[in-house]
Amino acid sequence: MKLFRNILNTAKPHFIEGGKLEKMFPAFDAFETFLFVPDHTTNSGSHIRDAIDLKRTMMMVIIALLPALLFGMWNIGNNHFIANEESVSFMETFLYGAIKMLPSILVSYIVGLSVEFAFAIFRGHQVNEGYLVTGLLIPMIMPISTPLWMLAISVIFAVVIGKEVFGGTGMNILNPALTARAFAFFAYPAHLSGDKIWIADQPVNGTVTDVFPDGYSGATPLADYYSLSVEKGKLASAVIQEKSEKTITAINEKIEVIESRIPELSESFFGFISGSCSETSTFAILIGLIILVVTGVGSWRTIVAVFFGGYFMGLLFNLWGATDFMTLPAYEHLILGGFAFGAVFMATDPVTASQTNKGKIIVGSLIGIFAVLIRVFNPAYPEGMMLAILLMNVFAPLVDHYIVESNIKRRLKRVKS
Amino acid sequence: MSNKQEALFSKKNIKLIKDPLDDNNPITVQVLGICSALAITVQLKPAVVMAVSVFFVLCVANVLVSLMRKMIPSRIRIIVQLVIIATLVILVDQTLKAFLYDVSKELSVFVGLIITNCIIMGRLEAFALANTPWKSFMDGVGNSLGYALPLIVVAFFRELLGSGTLFGLEVIPPNWYIENGGFYANNGMMILPPMALVTCGIYIWVQRIRNNKLVEEN
Repeated sequence: MKLFRNILNTAKPHFIEGGKLEKMFPAFDAFETFLFVPDHTTNSGSHIRDAIDLKRTMMMVIIALLPALLFGMWNIGNNHFIANEESVSFMETFLYGAIKMLPSILVSYIVGLSVEFAFAIFRGHQVNEGYLVTGLLIPMIMPISTPLWMLAISVIFAVVIGKEVFGGTGMNILNPALTARAFAFFAYPAHLSGDKIWIADQPVNGTVTDVFPDGYSGATPLADYYSLSVEKGKLASAVIQEKSEKTITAINEKIEVIESRIPELSESFFGFISGSCSETSTFAILIGLIILVVTGVGSWRTIVAVFFGGYFMGLLFNLWGATDFMTLPAYEHLILGGFAFGAVFMATDPVTASQTNKGKIIVGSLIGIFAVLIRVFNPAYPEGMMLAILLMNVFAPLVDHYIVESNIKRRLKRVKS
Repeated sequence: MSNKQEALFSKKNIKLIKDPLDDNNPITVQVLGICSALAITVQLKPAVVMAVSVFFVLCVANVLVSLMRKMIPSRIRIIVQLVIIATLVILVDQTLKAFLYDVSKELSVFVGLIITNCIIMGRLEAFALANTPWKSFMDGVGNSLGYALPLIVVAFFRELLGSGTLFGLEVIPPNWYIENGGFYANNGMMILPPMALVTCGIYIWVQRIRNNKLVEEN
């Protein structure tokens, strides 16, 4: 610690006013406050000060993300070795995944932080630490096979268009990590959806090979459920139209293949399934949830509301049951795909979520409802969670506005009477 | 007499052309005609054709209205202007259909919608009704160029990044693409309408950095 302090002390004169590198002060300040609790004092009036500031808050989120991150690394290795029909030790599996994932984390941080530092220096404001979390979230929600340059472009788009144009950390309307993913999703659909991108394969000339061992597919369970419902629909119409036995058996075989792929409930709960890097394990995410809620960093109202909304919508679809996908048990919706990850780490983003307690419940439950709605009705967007959260990010200020207005009205009435 | 008459390319007249290009750009500063600008900038060719069409309509309409400005009763001036614009737009539309059929199909309804382009109505109302034909012509040239500039810049980037082509010609080497063993992929988002808005926004951003006059004080 002393070492860092000494280095900072010798460097400081160059950066403060009048020094040679005066313009670079925001960069210096960022490092200093990252390493040490800042000794800034207030200039006017009295303020209550607390040991927790934005940097410590963000560190709590990082700690909460760690279980999901580490599990994700192991799962990348696991999926890879299963797909290649190799069996290796636990450590090897983990190391393989870690080595696969590290480059994306590095690229995300280096690119994102350079943009942040550049803006801070040009605009002469402090570097905000919001990117510490965003930078880790982005690689965690991308498929492992995403090319690094795509990741870099998405990061630049998210930081510049999603955040800096609105005025930087704390002013953004949309969650930057999800902005990056949504950008990548629409810009490079072939690399962000489908069933050939979820497993770290040996890439041949940068492309993902489509050669899998027999009976193994990289399709995510959600995609499987959807194709299952499509095939069952085909089967029903084939039976009605009295198609030849051959067609019917062919469809039946297909259904069997898909059904054999669909994981057990415990498998998908613990996350031994394919999906974006670190969102598969609901269990690891729940550990993060406990950390967030106990430390008070994440709002439990939002999280509970999202899960409740999703469950409610799932139940409604169960009652309707028009297609096979609709009969998927409601609790499975909460476990599959990015639902849990989005609920715990994305919907709770303090900047873009609703600011009022009532608003948190309204916005949260709408996120859950829309996520399941998009999943079931529009399978082109299997990740309904991403779109639902972005949509509700936009509406959160409106909800807040009406809640505050109604509160004012209620109180005014009291004054009058 | 000759002393009083203004030179054809006096400073004032040149300003009529220069102003709409930057300080008073119809798209990026006045935010007019933004709908067509967003809709037809996926590729360069339709954008250029659109720019030329607007150039023709705006210049001719400006001159005609300016010539008739003393005859038009002010109560029905909007109708008169609309008739003039509509006639010209139909001319353009039919010409495109005759000679550039595929482009006209791509532009589809947007040629017809030049009639409702606020830039044209705005210039007729604000300028041609009160100025001499030559000045009105200059104003028409300036404003249609001011419309064309952001249009073509935005279309350039959207076509280059979204489809990897310019005027339909491939500019990105085919062996760069992932399908052919390279590393590159076209950005599908650039073809979608939201990116037209974002690209336009970036254009405005750059313009405001270069031109401090546009930045409001607050």
